[in-house]
Amino acid sequence: MLNDEDFGAILLTLKLASLVTVILLLVGTPIAWWLAHTVSRWKGIIGALVALPLVLPPAVLGFYLLVLMGPQGAVGQFTKAIGLGTLPFTFGGLVIASVIYSLPFVVQPLQNAFEAIGTRPLEVAATLRASPLDTFFSVVVPLARPGFLTASILGFAHTIGEFGVVLMVGGNIPDKTRVISMQIFNHVETGEYAQAHWLSAGMLVFSFVVLLVLYTLTPNPWRQR
Amino acid sequence: MKLFIRIGLTAVIAFSTVTAWAEEVHVAVAANFIKPMEKIAADFEKATGNKVLTAAGASGKLVEQMKHGAPFEVFLSADQKNPMKLETEKLDVPGSRYTYAIGKLVLWSAQPDYVDDKGEVLKTGDFQHIAIADPKTAPYGKAALSVMEKMALLDTLKPKIVQGDSIAQTQAFVGSGNAELGFVALSQVIKDTTGSSWMVPQDWYEPLSQDVILLKTGENNAAAKALLDYLKTAPAQAVIKDYGYDLPTWATSDAK
Repeated sequence: MLNDEDFGAILLTLKLASLVTVILLLVGTPIAWWLAHTVSRWKGIIGALVALPLVLPPAVLGFYLLVLMGPQGAVGQFTKAIGLGTLPFTFGGLVIASVIYSLPFVVQPLQNAFEAIGTRPLEVAATLRASPLDTFFSVVVPLARPGFLTASILGFAHTIGEFGVVLMVGGNIPDKTRVISMQIFNHVETGEYAQAHWLSAGMLVFSFVVLLVLYTLTPNPWRQR
Repeated sequence: MKLFIRIGLTAVIAFSTVTAWAEEVHVAVAANFIKPMEKIAADFEKATGNKVLTAAGASGKLVEQMKHGAPFEVFLSADQKNPMKLETEKLDVPGSRYTYAIGKLVLWSAQPDYVDDKGEVLKTGDFQHIAIADPKTAPYGKAALSVMEKMALLDTLKPKIVQGDSIAQTQAFVGSGNAELGFVALSQVIKDTTGSSWMVPQDWYEPLSQDVILLKTGENNAAAKALLDYLKTAPAQAVIKDYGYDLPTWATSDAK
């Protein structure tokens, strides 16, 4: 059935996806908030940049990351200067790559949720002397809860399925960068179909459950009307 | 409009005669041999008018693909075991396999003066990453492992090993500087003038006797057979030698 390397890959993938989801919620929320409320002419450009990983081939993203994070790249020289070394082939490198790769899957649901709330509740809260931060946590967050849920689930699931970028910058290192999809690829390419089947079936069930949870927990907009 | 149709028809007729005359050969090539193969293929196309379509990858992966029906007609492996697997699966034309080159492993870095001519740099361990090809599928990766084992360094170096999908990606990892050094094929870096390298003694790893084999799919393709013959000719062997490979014994004794 599954060997130690497979379990290592599963554990690593879960660790990666959890960490990436937390980072994405922290980074994505202010971006989504800004996108939802700004009237700046930068809105289009930033929105397009955030959505870019949706359409950009993972190979392209992986290639740029490999060059940028490498010893000659701008990011690579910076990380070397602050004593981190270079990021390709490290878990940290995968985290950064995944954050970029999954960014739109977190920002867009949040942006939609914030836009749906509109400005009216914020104005009401302001008349009741709530500070903006207080308003955000006691008014916006509860109202945008479905958005946060969707964002977390999509961000997490999308990171778990990442393959192309990992192939380019991962280096296939057990317990460091060899995630589930990489391990499936290894099994298929070496003819170990039994193990590939177990891992793939696991991913299939996982993906279905994720969507099932998502569709059951998010209120159906048609029923509400 | 009439003119367009006429031109179009002429083109179609011209094209169809070309395809009828010249045949296509689909060739799977071990990644280490892709550069010499491109040169050989170009010469072969010029000499015969046939067209060569190459796909490169780790030998083990290519064999897996062929077992599942990948439409290759000729396979140039980086070892003997992988083409032998095709023989066991009866996917080959019996008796077609022969050794076309003997590969050499080098420890290479894109930085000048990084790798010394005895490979002592491996013992200092003063680097973050050492790249090898996936030993499960790439013969050059397997050879790299046995060299590190022979030097009794495998355990200390293991945490620093990064694996390329094939020897081509391995070279890219080292070439881009993301891995300071790595084990690659001599043919990949023989034209490199800026980096540094150490030619690993050939008796430190199982000989990289690289075999070519004709697949059943190419049994009736004259161009595929012609390519197999062409690999044995002097111009092809000159290219193979030029990229640092040794020629098999049959070729060296024949030549004299």
